[in-house]
Amino acid sequence: MNHAPLAAAFVKDRPRAEWHDATLWFVRAKRDKAAQSLPEWETLRECAAQIKAHTQYRLADYLEQFEREATKRGAVVHWARDAAEHNKIVLGLLRNRGVTRLVKSKSMLTEECHLNPYLERNGIEVVDTDLGERIVQLAGEPPSHIVLPAIHKKKEDVGAIFHKFLGTEEGATDPNYLAEAARAHLRAKFVAAGAGLTGVNFAIAETGGLVVCTNEGNADLGVSLPKLHIASMGIEKLIPRAEDLGVFIRLLARSATGQPITAYTSHFHGPRPSGELHIVLVDNGRTGIRANEDFRRSLNCIRCGACMNTCPVYRRSGGHSYETSVPGPIGSILAPAGDPAKFYSLPQACSLCGSCTDVCPVKIDLHHQLLTWRGELGRQGLISWPKRLGMKLGSFMFRHPAVYRMVGAIARKLTPWLPRAVVYNRFNDWGRQRELPEFPRESFRQQFERRQREQQR
Amino acid sequence: MNSKDRILSDLRSQQLPAAELPSLDQAWTRYEDPSAQFTSLVESVGGRVVRLPSQGDLPAALAEIQAFTAAQQIVSGVAEIVGNVDLTQVDDPHALETVDFAVFPGEFAVAENGAVWVTDERVPHRAIYFITQHLALVVAADQMVHHLHEAYARISLGTSSLGVFISGPSKTADIEQSLVIGAHGPRSLTVFLIG
Repeated sequence: MNHAPLAAAFVKDRPRAEWHDATLWFVRAKRDKAAQSLPEWETLRECAAQIKAHTQYRLADYLEQFEREATKRGAVVHWARDAAEHNKIVLGLLRNRGVTRLVKSKSMLTEECHLNPYLERNGIEVVDTDLGERIVQLAGEPPSHIVLPAIHKKKEDVGAIFHKFLGTEEGATDPNYLAEAARAHLRAKFVAAGAGLTGVNFAIAETGGLVVCTNEGNADLGVSLPKLHIASMGIEKLIPRAEDLGVFIRLLARSATGQPITAYTSHFHGPRPSGELHIVLVDNGRTGIRANEDFRRSLNCIRCGACMNTCPVYRRSGGHSYETSVPGPIGSILAPAGDPAKFYSLPQACSLCGSCTDVCPVKIDLHHQLLTWRGELGRQGLISWPKRLGMKLGSFMFRHPAVYRMVGAIARKLTPWLPRAVVYNRFNDWGRQRELPEFPRESFRQQFERRQREQQR
Repeated sequence: MNSKDRILSDLRSQQLPAAELPSLDQAWTRYEDPSAQFTSLVESVGGRVVRLPSQGDLPAALAEIQAFTAAQQIVSGVAEIVGNVDLTQVDDPHALETVDFAVFPGEFAVAENGAVWVTDERVPHRAIYFITQHLALVVAADQMVHHLHEAYARISLGTSSLGVFISGPSKTADIEQSLVIGAHGPRSLTVFLIG
C-alpha cells in the first residue's frame, strides 16, 4: 500500500476535503479551549507520562496483579498472544453459551484483530453500537478515526445509508431525526443480544477493574442487559493505582473532543449478579514494540485522537488513506512496527511539524519517532530509489560547501530563464500545488559579506 | 508454555529503565463556588440542575418536570418519591425497556466536570441508569468535591460491580459533529442539589 495515491484520491473532491479539514480543526480548537481552562494541564501531562513509563517498566508485575485482583472479584482473565488467539477465545465464549448475537461498543483492538469478519464467518451477528461505528459498519467501511469513526461522512451520506438499511425517509438529513432512527434500531439490537463486548480505556492493577468511557451509554447498555460481558484489551492499557485515573480521565475527554468528561465513565469490577465477566488480555506485537527503545513510548497512547485532529496530513488525507485500524500520527508509528514493508509510506507522509507532540496528553514524542522510523525504513531498504537518490545527492551537496555554493549559483541564475514545462512537470511532485518564490540575485552568503563590508566602511 | 507465561516471560526478558510513579498530591485547581461551577458544567453538557432546600421538596419539584408527570413507568431509589416499578420484583432487566423515568441518589458530585458518582450497590439492575428514557439524580449539596483527584480519594473501587460518573444525558455527535441529546440512554438528566 502507499499513502500518497490514496490521499490524492481523497483531495480530488476539493470541497469535501476542505470540509473534512475544517471539521477536525474545529475539534482541535475545542480541545485547546478545554486544555487552557486547566492551569495544571502540563502537570497532568507530565504525571501521565511518568505513570505510563513506570507501568511499562513493571508491566509483567502489574499484569499479574491485575489478573489476581480481577479474579478475586469474579472475572475470568484470558491471555492471547496474537489476534487469532484473541478471536478464538471470544468465539469460544460465545459458542459455549449458544450466543449468536453480539453487541459491541468501541474497541480499536477488535478492529486491529479483525474480530467482526471472523465472528460473522462463524455465524455470529455482530452489531457495533456506537452510532459512528454503526454508520460505517452499515456502509461496509472501517472507521476513519478512532474517536469519531464516521467523521468522513456528511449527513447526506448518513441519510442515504439509513434510508437503505433502517428505512428512514429518502433524502432525510436532519441529525436529530437520523439519530432517533438509530436509537430505535439499536435498542432492538441491545434487547436481542446474548452478549456485550466492550473495549477498555483503562485497567487498574490495584483493583482488577476496567474503565470504559462513552458519551452514548452504549457500552453500559450492552453489558447490563445480556448476562455475558467480554472486555478486550491490549496489555498496555494497564495503570497501577485507582488514583491514577484522576490524571487520565481528566486528560482523555478534554484531549479527544474538548469535553470535561464523557457522559459515562464506567468502572467495572467483576460481573454483575448472575452475570459473567471475561477479560481478554492481548499482546499482538506489543511486547515487540516495548523491546524497542525508540518506539516504546508509542505504547503509552490512550487513544484520544488529538494527534489526528491536529495533523495537517491526516485532516487533508482522511483516515482511510492510512489503511490501518489506528490512522494518523500515532498509527503511522504503530503500523510499521507490525509490518514495515506494508506501511513504509506512513512515516514519509509526515511533515514533521510537531503539532501532534504538542497536543499529546501523555507526551509521546510522536514526530521524533516518525523521523526515527524514516531512518529505520531507509536502513531496511524500504524507501523508493528516486527518494534514496535524492537524499544521497542532497547529503553529498550539504557535506561539500563548494558544491553547495556552485549549485546555488546555477539555480539562482538558470531557473528564472527555464521554460515552465522544465520546472513544473510530472517529475516535480512538489510543484503540483506550489509555485517557487522569486529567486534572489545574491545568495545569503553574498548578502552577508556585502553588509559586513558596508558596516565596516 | 501457555500464552500467559509466554507473554510474561517475554516482558521479563526485556530490560527497561527504572521509572518511579509520580506523587499526585499537587496544587490542583479548586473552585471558589463549587456548586456554581458544577451547575454551569452540567448545563453545558445538556443537563439541568435544580437546587432544593431539602429532600422533602422533591415531589413538588418533580411535579414541575413534564417528563415525570407524563411518565407511565417510574422507578425510584429515593424515599420521598414513590415509583410504580419495583426493581426487586423484576427478574430480567430487559423488562425495564419501557421505563420512562428513574430517580436515584448520587453519592457525590464533581465540580470540575459536572459529573455525579453512582453505583449499583443498592440497585438490583444496573441497566436502569442507562435504559430509562429520563434520569434524575439526587445529591446533597455538601457532597461536592472540587476535582477528580478528590473524587478518587473518596471512592473505594471494587466494592460494587459498577460505579459510574454520569455527566449529562446520553449524547452523540457522530453525524457531522452535530450534537444530538438522547443517543441510546436517557434523553434528559436532572440533578437535584439538596441543601
